[in-house]
Amino acid sequence: MFPEALKYSVAKSVNHAIKWLLNTHGSAFDHFSSGILGLLLRVQGVLVVIPWWAYLVVVALMAWIATKKILPTIILAALPLVIGIFGLWALAIETLALVITSVVIALIIGIPLGVVMGELPLFAGFIQPVLDAMQTMPSFVYLIPAMMLFGLGKVPAVIATLIYSLPPVMRLTCLGLRQVPAPAQEAARAYGATRWQLLKEVRIPLAMPSILAGVNQTTMMALAMVVIASMIGARGLGQEVLMAINRIDVGRGFEAGISIVIMGIVIDRITQGLARKWDPNNK
Amino acid sequence: MENIIEVKDLWEVYSEKEVFFDVDDRDLIAALDESNETVVAVRGVSFTVKPGEVFIVMGLSGSGKSTLIRCLLRLVEISWGEVRINGQDVTAMNMKELTEFRRHEVAMVFQHYGLLPHKTVLENAAFGLKLRGVPKKERRERAYESLKAVGLEDWVDYYPASLSGGMLQRVGIARALVADTPILLMDEPFSGLDPLIRREMQDELLRIQQEYQKTIFFVTHDLDEAMRLGDRMAVMRNGEIVQIGRPAEVFARPADDYVARFVQDKRDEIRRADEQMAAMAASQAERVGIGDVS
Repeated sequence: MFPEALKYSVAKSVNHAIKWLLNTHGSAFDHFSSGILGLLLRVQGVLVVIPWWAYLVVVALMAWIATKKILPTIILAALPLVIGIFGLWALAIETLALVITSVVIALIIGIPLGVVMGELPLFAGFIQPVLDAMQTMPSFVYLIPAMMLFGLGKVPAVIATLIYSLPPVMRLTCLGLRQVPAPAQEAARAYGATRWQLLKEVRIPLAMPSILAGVNQTTMMALAMVVIASMIGARGLGQEVLMAINRIDVGRGFEAGISIVIMGIVIDRITQGLARKWDPNNK
Repeated sequence: MENIIEVKDLWEVYSEKEVFFDVDDRDLIAALDESNETVVAVRGVSFTVKPGEVFIVMGLSGSGKSTLIRCLLRLVEISWGEVRINGQDVTAMNMKELTEFRRHEVAMVFQHYGLLPHKTVLENAAFGLKLRGVPKKERRERAYESLKAVGLEDWVDYYPASLSGGMLQRVGIARALVADTPILLMDEPFSGLDPLIRREMQDELLRIQQEYQKTIFFVTHDLDEAMRLGDRMAVMRNGEIVQIGRPAEVFARPADDYVARFVQDKRDEIRRADEQMAAMAASQAERVGIGDVS
């Protein structure tokens, strides 16, 4: 047995800290919360206005640019039809709004931080365990405080999605920068590149395939998290899954599940295809 | 100005950590040699190069010649000694001065080309100008001119991935020419190319040297190349210069066994060629002789 004398619990302190945050900085969290909600509603407002067939056209166009093959283009464009046929179109759009908002925020934070990690190994050493924690911490552990701080609904869902989906883009940005071939960097330095020029002209462009792989991973993680986020009141396809589980309605769960899978496949194939186009080795 | 490059008692110690170095401390140097974490790559090298000269540094791999060329523009930090180029003390420069120096005084050509795969041939050639902030139109024009000078005017919009090794190195040379610097530094630029292309490129370099009157500091492991291109040459072994002089002098009077071994291969080659020529001449004479009889 672990010695009794060494036992110490931090649970109380953490509870107190959260309460203290709520009591003293509650209004700050409210402001932050309404900011994110505003952004989310704006994204959703745009997505709702777009007619259903326009989505198919956009998917077909992007699939064509990404793959340049006819069959994958047709399949990718036809897949979202299934979601509509199941009667889940409106919910899927809400999920899409949540994913897009989360991913945009994740990339705005994640790519610059990943670049800093790639440039400063010491910083990377500090941030690495934080990223590990973000990915392995069971999501309910932070879903509940997020809910306490930001209220029920979409905002804590965005926060929770952010926590879960930030690490891949940061890690892969950092990895991409570290793997930039030495000869290209040496040549740039020999011609008088400053550190900033080296980063902008050589390191980031050559790390681009890895960064885009990170964008792809972040998007997929966000989509996976959106389902769990429905448990704290975010609507969308996840809510449908949750309801199906509560009522033990296997068929309904299957429809919602398949819809999520379709969104995942379409987003994944398109972002991957675009990433390949960006790869300098394919030029 | 007498010398364009002056190197005095240059030492270079490679190490993961920063090491203290003192040239007079023999025990310290012995300890650095012993250690697995440090490599003393260049040991007390001194030489001078005159403007317009083609100066060759020859040696086997690991002899410190690539390190030496990197010391000239401080791609590696200099451990000890002095490097003066065009009257400027490279050793004493701060980062800003060093950047300016690299942009305007020297241009380097690399063994592995060092081209950027995401930029076109034209953008690669114009890269040095872009770093200096030359306007786009002007740098494109100047890059086009020097790509024309190396015969690549039809390839400007291609990416490096679709070019052959010889063409890639032409882009590397064009990039160096566009920079319009008095000094060209070349680190085994042709050693990755096949013999025919190599020869072609050597001729081209000689032509460029005549046209632009550059000072060329050229590193190679190939005696042939040294003899074809060099006005003077230095032979390096284990980080030291063992002989310095005109290629013909080095060839005729190698300073020690190491240089002699370099030269010996070449001599054998020439002797074999002479013998073959003689044999051919003899057999031809014989045939002619037989023809006479009949």
